[in-house]
Amino acid sequence: MTAEINFMVGGEAGQGVQSVGLLLAKAMARWGYHVFADQDYESRVRGGHNFFRIRASDAHVEAIRESVDILIALNKESIDLHHHELAKGGVIVYDGEKLPGLAGNDLINVPFASMAKEEAGDAVMANTVAFGAALGLIGYDVNLMNELLTGFFSGESGAKNVKAANAGYQIALEFEGAQQKMTCAGDEKRMLLNGNEAMAVGAIAAGCKFMSAYPMTPITSIMEYLAAHSTEFGLVVVPAEDEISAINMTVGAGYTGVRAMTATSGGGFCLMVEGLGLAAITETPIVVIEGTRPGPAIGLPTRTEQGDLDFILHASHGEFPRVVFAPATIDDCFNLMIQAFNIAERYQLPVLLITDHYMANSYFTTDKFDLSKVTIDRGLLFDKNKTAGPYKRYAYTESGISPRAFPGNRDALVVADSDEHNEDGHIIEDGETRTKMMDKRFKKMEGLKQEIVQPRYYGMDSAETLLIGWGSTYGVIKESAETMNKTGGSCSHLHLSQLWPFPVEAVTTAMKKTKRTYVIENNFTGQLAGLIREQTGLAAGNILKYDGRPFTPEIILAELRKQR
Amino acid sequence: MTVKMEDYNGLTPAWCPGCGNFGILAAVKKALVELNIDPHDLLLVSGIGQAGKLPHYTKGNVFNSLHGRPMPPAVAAKICNRDLKVIAISGDGDGYGEGGNHFIHAARRNHDITYLVHDNQIYGLTKGQTSPTSDIGFVTKTTPQGAPPPFNPLGIAIAAGATLVARSFAGDTEHLSQMIKEGINHKGFALIDILQPCVSFNHKNTYAWYKERVYKLDADASYNPSDKFAAFKKAQEWGEHIPIGVFYREEKPVYESEFPALEKGTLVSQGIEPMKVEKLLAEFF
Repeated sequence: MTAEINFMVGGEAGQGVQSVGLLLAKAMARWGYHVFADQDYESRVRGGHNFFRIRASDAHVEAIRESVDILIALNKESIDLHHHELAKGGVIVYDGEKLPGLAGNDLINVPFASMAKEEAGDAVMANTVAFGAALGLIGYDVNLMNELLTGFFSGESGAKNVKAANAGYQIALEFEGAQQKMTCAGDEKRMLLNGNEAMAVGAIAAGCKFMSAYPMTPITSIMEYLAAHSTEFGLVVVPAEDEISAINMTVGAGYTGVRAMTATSGGGFCLMVEGLGLAAITETPIVVIEGTRPGPAIGLPTRTEQGDLDFILHASHGEFPRVVFAPATIDDCFNLMIQAFNIAERYQLPVLLITDHYMANSYFTTDKFDLSKVTIDRGLLFDKNKTAGPYKRYAYTESGISPRAFPGNRDALVVADSDEHNEDGHIIEDGETRTKMMDKRFKKMEGLKQEIVQPRYYGMDSAETLLIGWGSTYGVIKESAETMNKTGGSCSHLHLSQLWPFPVEAVTTAMKKTKRTYVIENNFTGQLAGLIREQTGLAAGNILKYDGRPFTPEIILAELRKQR
Repeated sequence: MTVKMEDYNGLTPAWCPGCGNFGILAAVKKALVELNIDPHDLLLVSGIGQAGKLPHYTKGNVFNSLHGRPMPPAVAAKICNRDLKVIAISGDGDGYGEGGNHFIHAARRNHDITYLVHDNQIYGLTKGQTSPTSDIGFVTKTTPQGAPPPFNPLGIAIAAGATLVARSFAGDTEHLSQMIKEGINHKGFALIDILQPCVSFNHKNTYAWYKERVYKLDADASYNPSDKFAAFKKAQEWGEHIPIGVFYREEKPVYESEFPALEKGTLVSQGIEPMKVEKLLAEFF
């Protein structure tokens, strides 16, 4: 039997929902648990309703559970909105002094604010009292809790927060009937990080030296992370005047020979598409992260959706090769980032990574990334001893890949052009050269098709139902398939982390083995299902969700039952 | 080595005979030779339009970018490799219309680059439509009722924070090459707005029209280019008398000097060390 607990922290923006949530997630990770946590917040700095859900299990978890064992309610709305989500035996920890007149067996009155004032001298630490109370209810290791807090809050603030948390912890022990005792799940140490952090660290490990971007939810923290570590790792982050500038700067940086990237969301990417074409025709390596959110236009700025797949596959006018990844796990966020830089330089083209609000802000535990396995491949570089005559930036080759030289080289002048050009990089008009240059660029597809990141496949070949997904929905679809199989169903799961070039063979094989296929997507039109039809000629059913909220296994299972 | 004029020979220009661009090209080459800049150390970043073709007609590293967008790749290239002499080349449509936002913010950040804008007050490559700098009332195919008031590139550059703001005339190669040299030698963002006759589509602002009106700012010994307010006032002068020369000059730290990451050397010269990331991973436990 697995040991598992689900926390929820709810409150207004500014009440510290995020810090309590993150502390709880960290506490459980340090206690040897696998953790998955997601965040739901509004597009505002103060007020509104936000929540942070944490699932901790002694088995691997990568999805949220809808039922809540301990709800920390920092305001009344959190109780009203989430009371019905309580699991059997679940409890709500709340401040009965601030919210008088409530009654119920599942309500645990911990006067956060006055206790924080009394114990730590400041009501602002109310949320830390709540954190301590939650840990008290599960019988968490007090020393480990104190250690976590002193590491999290620096200096004097650490000691005060320890006092506040201990007060909450002690009072929770008095509620005997509400205890949900857990024990340490083991001494394995795992990292706890969110999708944006994994991508940002991946970019630094890959040797990204230049980033230009314009802040936009949900990718802003990638930009901030790189900026915070820029001095130490020799990289420059330029906050651009707009996304048009951001991508054009990125292309300029790539041309000079550094690894360069930008990141944005759908609205910003709309402004970037012209620059994407510039990278393509100048054959400049760039990496672009598109963290999607519901559109069109401003849409739901702090919510999630997978609505930009078609757009990203086709963005910019004209035709050119590109590579599109969609990290499915936290390890993918790190590894595919490194692969993106290698592919971008080896094939001299734009590589796009699709993440979304859900992946960007969700926390996962994982084993430490193995840096010794990181390889850096900068691709074909100009060597004057192997080159006859003057350097030609776009020299015709078998693979379509011409050796790169960088400006400043004593033996080469590097001429790059957004106009169609000849091997020298100079502007041309004739049809013959145009045809040869198009062929040259598209030759790269042959190489790229040989190294497609193959989809993950789970389940029996004889399964009746195949579930297909892409990107951030991996954990939730996998858990749905596993649950189906445990309860008498017969399910397999195919999940794509690379969308372009498209893994035609893997998808065709899996679909032909199975009676029914459902493509599960966070969008309205079933964009992957459309792509599958285009690329394989095979049709599938759809399970779609476009309310701006992520899937849960419960939602997918209910849909599957309906479809049957 | 000593750089010679032949080192800057490029392809044959596809401009109209008599185009003001020929004077600009001659002045660019003259300035580069006189400053003894090796083409290998030079990066020319251009936009689209007749001006955008200039780099193809000389020598150097070239990045011919999108319409209106030479500025972002130019400033990024300077950040990544400050050893390059970076010259961005634009036209009035490219630089002041399509690329207006990039122009303002590049001036504000004070990148160490030289910005040449071939300002012919008309769209040439698309054959004769109004531009941001067309004179008020100017009739073109897209403004049969006459053009609205023009954009003031010098005034805007001064207001935005450019640290060298100058104007010259394509019909005076000597003066223009002098201004380009000033721009290249200046540490910071240097705008050289270049009055350029368009012989095919602008029959108002002709060689003769400009020649009658331009006068040199340095002829007036009392003009002080370090006085920002005087420079701004001077930038309003247009019509019967058109000043050319350095309007404004200021010493200010360049953007590229603000990054501690660049103290160790250029970005292009810094290596990649994945193992160093170990300490970042430690923070996630």
